[in-house]
Amino acid sequence: MTSVRVKTICPPGHVRAPYYLRGKTGEIERALGSFGNPELLAYGLEGEEKELYRVRFTMHEIWGDSAERPEDTLDAELYDHWLERL
Amino acid sequence: MPHDHHDHLSPSGHPFRKDNDTPLTYWQQMEIAVRELLIEKGHLPRAEIQAQEEAMDARSPANGAKVVARAWADPEFKSLLLKDASEASRSIGLDIGPLRLIAVENTSDVHNLIVCTLCSCYPRDLLGLPPDWYKTRAYRSRAVKEPRKVLQEFGIDLPQETTLRVHDSTADMRYFVVPARPDGTNHFSEPAWAELATRDSMIGTGLARAPSQA
Repeated sequence: MTSVRVKTICPPGHVRAPYYLRGKTGEIERALGSFGNPELLAYGLEGEEKELYRVRFTMHEIWGDSAERPEDTLDAELYDHWLERL
Repeated sequence: MPHDHHDHLSPSGHPFRKDNDTPLTYWQQMEIAVRELLIEKGHLPRAEIQAQEEAMDARSPANGAKVVARAWADPEFKSLLLKDASEASRSIGLDIGPLRLIAVENTSDVHNLIVCTLCSCYPRDLLGLPPDWYKTRAYRSRAVKEPRKVLQEFGIDLPQETTLRVHDSTADMRYFVVPARPDGTNHFSEPAWAELATRDSMIGTGLARAPSQA
């Protein structure tokens, strides 16, 4: 299992890393291959290929004490350039 | 009699949607102009546009239900489905286009729920058009913050010992749930099983129909 943290950066424009996951730590559930970067494709630019991962977070990691059940999980797809290896 | 919301109710008391008789937006005009030019210059026959609209309208949860029924019938197909859902769907003759599909399985101790918080990504080739509520801000935000409460409102009281896995389709994959096969249906045929796999059961906001409800 590889632990990763979602970067806390806030770049302007079209990004597909949801705000509620910024700064949160999760485990890579699976690698999905590489896909054109939507942050560029959205503007009609050539999006260079980026590795995409499914990352699994616990609800406790995301919502802290207000999680309904801390061990429940949330999986999201995140591009490599949004992730820091821990 | 509901008299409070005159804006949304016809004189007979039925809700109605306002007519779209406002001027066309910039992009609506652009779409019409490009479409008419393509037809006029012979690049795209009108019949092809019609055929594509019909193909889009024909997609329905019945496609997904076929996949679920096959997974219930054939363990080998199910393992392929969980490994590569696009490949598995194509292998039973479903035209899912370039869709990158991930199937997640409900079991006795795991329940899965699908949402797209950023927009309204939905496996249309497999389930047809999404229900209106799937696209609302309320569903999109609450499905990640208080999914158990959301499930309760859909009539599912998830036991505390069941693990809930929410899947936010934030990028290039589309998701669907393989619901648990209802008890007492071991002897069913594949088409009969397909009747039990409802749209909501494949989003995770429902369970497969019990046979008595079928």
